[in-house]
Amino acid sequence: MLEIVRSVPIDYFVYLCTALFAIGVLGVLTRRNAIVVLMCVELMLNAVNLLLAAFSTYLSDAQGQIMVFFIMVVAAAEAAVGLGILVMIYRNTKSTDISLLDNLKW
Amino acid sequence: MQTLIPLIPFLPLIGFAVNGLFGPRMSKGVSGWIGSGSVLLSFVLSILAFMEVSATHSPIRSEVYHFMSVGNLHISFGFLVDALSSWMMLIVTGIGFLIHVYSIGYMHDDAGFSRFFAYLNLFIFSMLLLIMGDNFVMLFFGWEGVGLCSYLLIGFWFTNRDYNLAANKAFIMNRIGDLGLLLGMFLIFKTFGSLQYEEVFARLAESQVETGVITSICLLLFVGAIGKSAQIPLFTWLPDAMAGPTPVSALIHAATMVTAGIYLVARCNGLFSLSHEALQVVAVVGMATSVLAALIGLQQNDIKKVLAYSTVSQLGLMFVSLGMGAYASAMFHVTTHAFFKALLFLGAGSVIHAMGGEQDIRNMGGLRKHLPITFWVFLIGTFAISGVPLLSGFFSKDEILAHTFDHGGVIWWALASFSSLLTATYMGRLFFLTFFGSFRGTHEQAHHLHESPPSMTIPLVALAVLSVVGGLINLPHIFHTGSTQWLAHWLSGTGINHQPVVPLTEVHLSASSEWMLMGFASVVALVVLAFTYASYSKPSNVPVPDEQLKGAARVLAYKFYVDELYNALFVRPTEALSKTLHYYVDVWAIDGVVDGVGRGFQTLGATFRRLQNGNIEYYLIGMVAGGIGLLLTYFL
Amino acid sequence: MTLTIFLVLGVISLLTALLMVLARNPVHSVLYLILTFFVIAALYILLNAQFLAVVHLIVYAGAIMVLFLFVLMLLNLNKDTEPQKSVAWLWSAGATAGMLLVVLTGALRSGIQLAEGNPPNAQVGLVENLGMVLFTDYVVPFEIAGILFLAAMVGAVLVGKRDLKS
Repeated sequence: MLEIVRSVPIDYFVYLCTALFAIGVLGVLTRRNAIVVLMCVELMLNAVNLLLAAFSTYLSDAQGQIMVFFIMVVAAAEAAVGLGILVMIYRNTKSTDISLLDNLKW
Repeated sequence: MQTLIPLIPFLPLIGFAVNGLFGPRMSKGVSGWIGSGSVLLSFVLSILAFMEVSATHSPIRSEVYHFMSVGNLHISFGFLVDALSSWMMLIVTGIGFLIHVYSIGYMHDDAGFSRFFAYLNLFIFSMLLLIMGDNFVMLFFGWEGVGLCSYLLIGFWFTNRDYNLAANKAFIMNRIGDLGLLLGMFLIFKTFGSLQYEEVFARLAESQVETGVITSICLLLFVGAIGKSAQIPLFTWLPDAMAGPTPVSALIHAATMVTAGIYLVARCNGLFSLSHEALQVVAVVGMATSVLAALIGLQQNDIKKVLAYSTVSQLGLMFVSLGMGAYASAMFHVTTHAFFKALLFLGAGSVIHAMGGEQDIRNMGGLRKHLPITFWVFLIGTFAISGVPLLSGFFSKDEILAHTFDHGGVIWWALASFSSLLTATYMGRLFFLTFFGSFRGTHEQAHHLHESPPSMTIPLVALAVLSVVGGLINLPHIFHTGSTQWLAHWLSGTGINHQPVVPLTEVHLSASSEWMLMGFASVVALVVLAFTYASYSKPSNVPVPDEQLKGAARVLAYKFYVDELYNALFVRPTEALSKTLHYYVDVWAIDGVVDGVGRGFQTLGATFRRLQNGNIEYYLIGMVAGGIGLLLTYFL
Repeated sequence: MTLTIFLVLGVISLLTALLMVLARNPVHSVLYLILTFFVIAALYILLNAQFLAVVHLIVYAGAIMVLFLFVLMLLNLNKDTEPQKSVAWLWSAGATAGMLLVVLTGALRSGIQLAEGNPPNAQVGLVENLGMVLFTDYVVPFEIAGILFLAAMVGAVLVGKRDLKS
């Protein structure tokens, strides 16, 4: 069983996850819609989750997957609260464009 | 008596303090009498000192305060009252007192009355320090003090910008001379190891100092004298100094301050006698100045300016006398000049007072009917300065002419006589234009004409008397009376180290030559005066405005364009240099650096401020970039 | 065999993620993300992390994405309302992301040595094993996570509340 699970070299997982992470960063920097930005943040978190799970398997350590568990908890909570704030902002500015939120300046 | 010596300069100093601090609160009478009274007390004490010195045949020394000692240099605040200084003290305090009394009347309507007396007292204090000091530092202290008072008094009416400029000019030109004096003092200290008169002159006798050093010292000291006594090339300040009130001109720029240079050379006669070259220089400069100033005086039309150039010319004559080695004769002429020049200036002040401020002689005329006392005293003063026989000026000038004939030769005598001829000419012109002929002023001035009050006329009369009899103190030998050459003998009395203070210089001429010289000079003076009377007392012969003059007269009226020359040679380049330095060094470089630092920081701040633009996407990229940076530093 | 599956899944996940980022319509983005999550769940199963795969699907695809869709529908953003960014901006964002990729890869690669500290066990991802670790070593964080949820719930309700006065 072990050999089957570990037949993919760990390097490949590293590349895959960093690529997913980079795509998430690209999305955060590129998109203006706040909802899409939050989704890209979720993508980044997922990339990290995947890598943690991979390492947990390859090191036969359960702690990795426990960490994934907690990350999911936090991600869910954060998504909920974030969307609540987003709705509030929409009520005030009638738009989800994040470039309109520019009052914190000199 | 020794303990009272310091009081002589300090009484006027106290007068200065009282008038300076409390002047505006006192009435004018009290203020004036405090000022005059302090000088009167100093005069009385000076008489007492004089009598003691004459009785004991030795100088009075008094040390007040030890100022400082650095290495070999010991400077103390001390006084030396010997034959020379006691005589000068009498002149300064005596004539000073008369002028103080005159000022009570002359400055009566002025708002700065007490300030005037404060400055005058300060001047007397400084002048007394100058002549009473026992070392060169005290001399310098007084030298600078009189320069300062001259500045303060020339610019007394400070609301007028021209007067301030004249005061500046006087002070700055004085300073140029002072540099020479200071360098001379440094050289004296280096050569003789001390600045006390007694020690310097004692070591002079003992040690063999090379003549080059002596000549340098003498020339440097003479530079100081040139500045203070208005000789070529530093003479242009004196005519401009007439911007001050007339008593100032009388006291400072005729009788006392300008004679400080003569005093210096006379005091250091030991040094000068050892350097033939220095004496030559003194004589040449004096002669040139005397003739030049007299020529300029011929075409001046301001009463005080004529008298100013006359002062410069007479000082030149005194320097000629010093240059011929006749120190005592120079001091004699200083004395008589103080009498008649102060008289002339105060008389001019009386005329100006009567004319309500008018100073141009072309607008005067026929004043002898309206100002009788002034007329007579001015007459005496004019005759005295022109060398009319038996008046004081005749004797002193004649002695100088005799010395030039004896020591210098015919050419020197001829030049000196020419200067005297010119003196008689311009003085006669001045006198006859002012007091004879018909009145040329306005109707208002005619109504205003009145004789001066007694506070002004009494000093005038006193000075007139002195101008008449002053010659008796130093009659030439050929008169064969008991008191011939009294002053010369007095001055050669015992000084320091039993040396004569001012050596006796005899004239080695036969009696007949002396009589001939005297006769010649008298004839010249009388003829010139008669000629000027004939020319200038006619109503038709009035000088024209300066612009209409042509040729030589124009050059003389414009003072040989010396002021313009100095302006082009010195003043404008210095101003240009100052402007350049100001622009490049001060504004461009220094301010540029300082302001630049400030502006640099502002720019830096403005640049960095743009990071905080509130743009969320900007911040996000910044975050990612920072993260990349951290990773790079950590893992690579 | 496993390798092939992994490669296929990997490519699909990258593609859907890219499409999610580039899609114009936000609803399309959500759908693509859901697809990505499915693929990642498959990857989890490949790693024998069974519990994690199921939880992942339920929580992410089932709850969070539904939440996103709800908000999208609420705000009626299914049209293309997003303004376009400047080309320069897009290029610099792309460059930054690319740099991040490179640097991160480099950073992670330099530290890959798998030190075998534990006895090799392929059943780590199974529920019993996870439960064991979770409720013995990590029980405190577990409870705190519960409190976190409580706070998040309260917070979300409070933030989303409509102002009664306006």
